Amino acid sequence: MNALFHLWLIPLAPFAGFLINGILGRRLPKWLVTTVALLAPLAAFGVVLVAALGFFGIGKGFAPVIASLPFTQTCPHPWIDIGALHVDFSFVLDQLSLVMLLVVTGVGFLIHVYSVGYMSDDEGYARYFSFLNLFLFFMTVLVLAGNALVMFVGWEGVGLASYLLIGFYFQKKSAADAGKKAFIVNRIGDFGFLIGMFLLLANFGTLTFSAIGAKLAANPGWQGGALTVIALCLLLGATGKSAQLPLYIWLPDAMEGPTPVSALIHAATMVTAGVYMIARTHILFDHAPFALGAVAVVGAATALFAATIGLVQNDIKRVLAYSTISQLGYMFLGCGVAAYSAAIFHLVTHAFFKALLFLAAGAVIHSMDGEQDLRKMGGLRKKLPVTFAVTTVGVLAIAGFFPFAGFFSKDAILYAAYTQGASGRVLWFVGLVTALLTSFYIFRLWYKAFLGESRSPDAHPHESPPSMMVPLVILAALSICGGWIGIERFSAFLAPSTGLRAPDAGSASLEPILSIAAVAVALLGWLAADRFYRQRPVRPSQLSAALPGSYKLLVHKYYVDEFYGWTVVKPLIAISTYLLGWVVDTALVGGLAWLLGGTATFAGALLQRWQSGNLRSYAAWLAAGAAAVLLFIVVPWSTLWPASLNLIWKMAGH
Amino acid sequence: MHLILFIVFAGFCLAGAINLLLQSHPISSALSLIVVMVSLAVLYLLLGAEFLAAAQVIVYAGAIMVLFTFVVMLLNAGREERTLGSRSARAVGFPAVVAILGVIATAILKAQGLGAANLSDPITGTEDLSRVLFTQLLLPFEVTSVLVLIAILGAVALASRGSGERTGTH
Amino acid sequence: MSSLFSQEVPLSWYLLLSAVLFSLGVVGFLIKRNLITVFMSIELMLNAVNLSFVTFAHEWHAVKGQIFVFFVMMVAAAEAAVGLAIIIAVFRARATLAVDRIDLMKL
Repeated sequence: MNALFHLWLIPLAPFAGFLINGILGRRLPKWLVTTVALLAPLAAFGVVLVAALGFFGIGKGFAPVIASLPFTQTCPHPWIDIGALHVDFSFVLDQLSLVMLLVVTGVGFLIHVYSVGYMSDDEGYARYFSFLNLFLFFMTVLVLAGNALVMFVGWEGVGLASYLLIGFYFQKKSAADAGKKAFIVNRIGDFGFLIGMFLLLANFGTLTFSAIGAKLAANPGWQGGALTVIALCLLLGATGKSAQLPLYIWLPDAMEGPTPVSALIHAATMVTAGVYMIARTHILFDHAPFALGAVAVVGAATALFAATIGLVQNDIKRVLAYSTISQLGYMFLGCGVAAYSAAIFHLVTHAFFKALLFLAAGAVIHSMDGEQDLRKMGGLRKKLPVTFAVTTVGVLAIAGFFPFAGFFSKDAILYAAYTQGASGRVLWFVGLVTALLTSFYIFRLWYKAFLGESRSPDAHPHESPPSMMVPLVILAALSICGGWIGIERFSAFLAPSTGLRAPDAGSASLEPILSIAAVAVALLGWLAADRFYRQRPVRPSQLSAALPGSYKLLVHKYYVDEFYGWTVVKPLIAISTYLLGWVVDTALVGGLAWLLGGTATFAGALLQRWQSGNLRSYAAWLAAGAAAVLLFIVVPWSTLWPASLNLIWKMAGH
Repeated sequence: MHLILFIVFAGFCLAGAINLLLQSHPISSALSLIVVMVSLAVLYLLLGAEFLAAAQVIVYAGAIMVLFTFVVMLLNAGREERTLGSRSARAVGFPAVVAILGVIATAILKAQGLGAANLSDPITGTEDLSRVLFTQLLLPFEVTSVLVLIAILGAVALASRGSGERTGTH
Repeated sequence: MSSLFSQEVPLSWYLLLSAVLFSLGVVGFLIKRNLITVFMSIELMLNAVNLSFVTFAHEWHAVKGQIFVFFVMMVAAAEAAVGLAIIIAVFRARATLAVDRIDLMKL
């Protein structure tokens, strides 16, 4: 442990950026705001990089900064120290958080650079960057957290930053509503997290991950029961943050925010916090097989569900949003079959290609002057060649073609699912179908946006400025080579923190067969998309006309929002209006206020009669008062009581 | 002797007081009050307070009551008019008076150790009185004189014709 | 006869007289309708109190009791002067001396 290395610098830089840009941003010149805003994530990334290089001993003559992982830093002053509850501010750097931090700060920095170009004309430039830095601060706190409470601080904080950024264009009602929806739905998930924390405290007496892990490792026979409940509560929290069934509804609406925000928060980092949390507490899930199964089922179901909706969306960002939900489902599936490192691997590659796709979509939208509807795009291949190239890389990566990043990670998950047992085969099949659909919808997007003829001839799309293009190219490069590390080496690296999956009953030849199946399915999707959108462009409308019911169902996203509105929102509003509004507020509270005021007024009116202005009555009351005082002083009250009792006794004849 | 004197002059006091209540013209009430004052002066003398008896006659009967009489004549106050009574005065006031009287009387009658007065009791001389007044109680004496000065100023200010709004001599 | 002449008067009789005079003063305050008469009842009350002070001064041979009566007289004189001035001012304003008519302070 090297005392010189300070983990708290990692969150500190973005926090400083938030403060400076938040408080002074409006008064500073734009170049200064930009510098501060970019320095913050760069500094954080730098520290993380130093830690990473230090760990690997790379650094040419520089002693490894961190001798070994996990490296814990605790603030000497305890945070909460009441009775049996003892919680510290502690940061932990281990393999898992190191990987996550590299992704968060690295991709975060690229997106910050991109935003400089994208948001350059916006009024709220400084505000945007201060919120973005705030997000980065909380995300790093979440990742570095050594115990569940510090993680919860980061958890809530990223929710807050997300709300602020989704509602960035707050003058638009839809944006403000989307922000609120995201925050409220997240809150439902957070409730699960909180209950999970309380139960953890009740069962383990501590919230520190390492302590919990140690306790569970020492008791291998402790399975199920309370642990299942805890795990399910934590799962609820994760579904809220990572937009899985049933709490995914906020993510498509979150596309109201600026596109770089969608890339950073709703693709690469915040939504992956749920997956990270499950990986972090994986020991708990290992001891609760039922909950683990639930994770897998939720993941697979969400993946399929979201993919089907993505098939028919017309907004370019919505397609990507549903794609994100679907890919997060894959990650949950990976966790659910205890292949945590596979899930994290997919998290990393997904961060690359999804951020790439979102930023490219942003470039397209920017060049089309705000147009987001796919039906109005087309033929952008010639007008935006670089954007087209990088998008193609992203599309191939997400579809899972060899040798792009998505192939390796998706494959690892599907293999892990297949080898899990009979139920695993079912999950594998669902994953495979989802891969088909993924390929289809992403190529659909590709065809509609870039190929064919332009459907809006008046538009004059132009390539984006270098500040936007450079991050795109970097991300494209990462999407190509991000998976080359291979799942075996990745798992081995992560093993100390995520556990090693026991090698299953599966022959060595099984993996290549499954990989080929996955690629084949992806190709099938591409061919179908090609058929529908390039060769016979009328086919889609014919199909939707032929199956109007299903088409409507998909376009309206299975009416889930409407369902929630009817079962949850309406009753709540009714309760607020009638019960809380009329009964409590008007009747009870208002009644109480009226009562108090009324009593004062009434008493005043009553006492007013005393102020008659009549001298004689005043004199009379004076005399009465004097008589009362005299009586009180002169009469020996203390002896009167027993005397009167005696009198009554005597009168009664005793 | 003492008893007879007491009874006679106590009788005058009570008669004067009751007459004050019964008369309807304020001047008659004023004159009854003078009777009370003078009788009280005699009673003071019986109790051995010679200076106070003199002061009572000079100050109260001779100055204050004269002032009252002047005001009655100045304002030309006539017989009392019949005005609306005050219900609360009757309902609350009279029981209060009865209560006060009852309590005090009971306290007096129950008290033990009260002595008696006699003609042969020593009289408090003016010299003794003034010795205490001008040595131990000099400050209250001086303050009282200031009080009287203020009262004079106040009376002049209140009774004068103010800022001339009413008379309009300008 | 000598017994009659040398009779002592119990001091409680003086005190009773004082109490009765005081009560009569209060009654006068309550029932009289003329402002000046009301004021005279107040003077009656003050005198009654003076009597009881003198009685107690005799009882305990305390000169201070009599000095207190002296001060009470001074204050009563000052009060009478100012009070009558007020009555004159009130009469000028309201042209009446009836207690019940002077009720401008009524809420």
